[in-house]
Amino acid sequence: MTTMIKRYIQTFLLTELVRGLMVTGRNLFAPKITVRYPEEKTPKSPRFRGLHALRRYPNGEERCIACKLCEAVCPALAITIESDERDDGTRRTTRYDIDLFKCVYCGFCEEACPVDSIVMTDIHEFHFEERGKQVISKQELLEIGDKYETDIAAARQTDAEYR
Amino acid sequence: MTEFLTPYLDWLPYWMQVLSISLIKIVLIVTPLMLAVAYTTYAERKIIGYMQLRMGPNRVGPWGLLQPIADALKLLFKEIIVPSNANRYLFVVAPALSITPALAAWAVVPFTDTMVLANVDAGLLYVLALTSMGVYGVIIAGWASNSKYAFLGAMRSAAQIVAYEIAMGFALVGVLMVAGSLNLRDIVLNQSGATFFSWNFIPLFPLFLVYLISGVAETNRAPFDVAEGESEIVAGFHVEYSGMTFAIFFLAEYANIILIAALTALMFFGGWLPPIAALDLGAFNIIWFLGKTAFFLFCFLWFRATFPRYRYDQIMRLGWKVFIPITIVWIVVIGVARFYTPLDFLFR
Repeated sequence: MTTMIKRYIQTFLLTELVRGLMVTGRNLFAPKITVRYPEEKTPKSPRFRGLHALRRYPNGEERCIACKLCEAVCPALAITIESDERDDGTRRTTRYDIDLFKCVYCGFCEEACPVDSIVMTDIHEFHFEERGKQVISKQELLEIGDKYETDIAAARQTDAEYR
Repeated sequence: MTEFLTPYLDWLPYWMQVLSISLIKIVLIVTPLMLAVAYTTYAERKIIGYMQLRMGPNRVGPWGLLQPIADALKLLFKEIIVPSNANRYLFVVAPALSITPALAAWAVVPFTDTMVLANVDAGLLYVLALTSMGVYGVIIAGWASNSKYAFLGAMRSAAQIVAYEIAMGFALVGVLMVAGSLNLRDIVLNQSGATFFSWNFIPLFPLFLVYLISGVAETNRAPFDVAEGESEIVAGFHVEYSGMTFAIFFLAEYANIILIAALTALMFFGGWLPPIAALDLGAFNIIWFLGKTAFFLFCFLWFRATFPRYRYDQIMRLGWKVFIPITIVWIVVIGVARFYTPLDFLFR
């Protein structure tokens, strides 16, 4: 009987509703957890798999030896490689295209590469403005590699001890 | 204001002087009201966002302050699509039917002691009549759309508004028993006293709660928003509306919310009266009225951020089996106390 009366009193005084309102009322003044994206960014792992790049040795020689392991391992068939003998007798790629619409960013190409040539950088903010521009060529990949070499090397360095 | 303008309008015939003064007053009420509606949508998104630990709109202009203007421009330029089997005439008329009463009811709202467009003696009755008209817009919109969801939403909304209309009306009967007048200005003046203890919400506390909750239900707001119920019936009665026709429903909804907030402030919280006599601001007392209205407006948003939607049968139970009995009992209590016991002073 008393519990019933108690329940009636609670119902009519809206105590539970007021408790709910207090929760939201408190949160109104709580610090916000939103990251204001273009101005603020969350930290990225050194293993982040973003846009691809082709690296060079410190002496400027391109690393890729056209072994085509990346082409073979690519589950999305996004990589197309053609190779030929260069003047100095070494095997080099004449064509190295990655279709970024086919790519699933799995990172297998980087895992497969015996000379750490093809890598995935942490660049994830990129877009294309013309049809066909999603297929990036060897030249573009090398340029990305040259531009971000210090970042790429630093990321590999941080991750080295866990590999 | 009338005295201020009259010398400039002398050259006009008398009926045109009266007409133009009324028109200027209407513009002076409707323009700030429309701005308030626009910024209520902004406040809603911002406050609910803050309560959910988000930022809310912050891209358009400083702190996102231009967001409502961007929204309005977008809706202006969008196409109005009329469904192929819809009743064209009713489809277009419905939004107008829902916004007209929402705006017309402001005619009798006293902003301060002297600032009121029409000081009608049956003001309360006029407000009740006009807020009831709003449901026609909803029903006609649902019917004319020729869509299952719109029709279901309209039916739900109609049943809900009819149910809560009664509780709301009875709550106001309590107010007019205490005030002894249907004139909104008199109702407020009746609450004047040294402190806020003379306001109606103390003797009429149950009726105040019933009125506020019915007001939320009446305007189809969360947690009573089954008429829209986006997880159940998409957007309810206005699914088929786009562009400006949709915007007008939106304006009507928010104008109604502001109206209910303003009426709550007038009926139960002493309208423009200051909380203690020492804080009387003379001509600037409108600040008290606006502040109280803003607080109840905030409550609407607060409720939406807090409570999950009622089930349909729970809404009907609450309206018919809880609110109406409470209001009737309290009316009897007031009546008996005022006329058969010496407790009359409590309800003055």
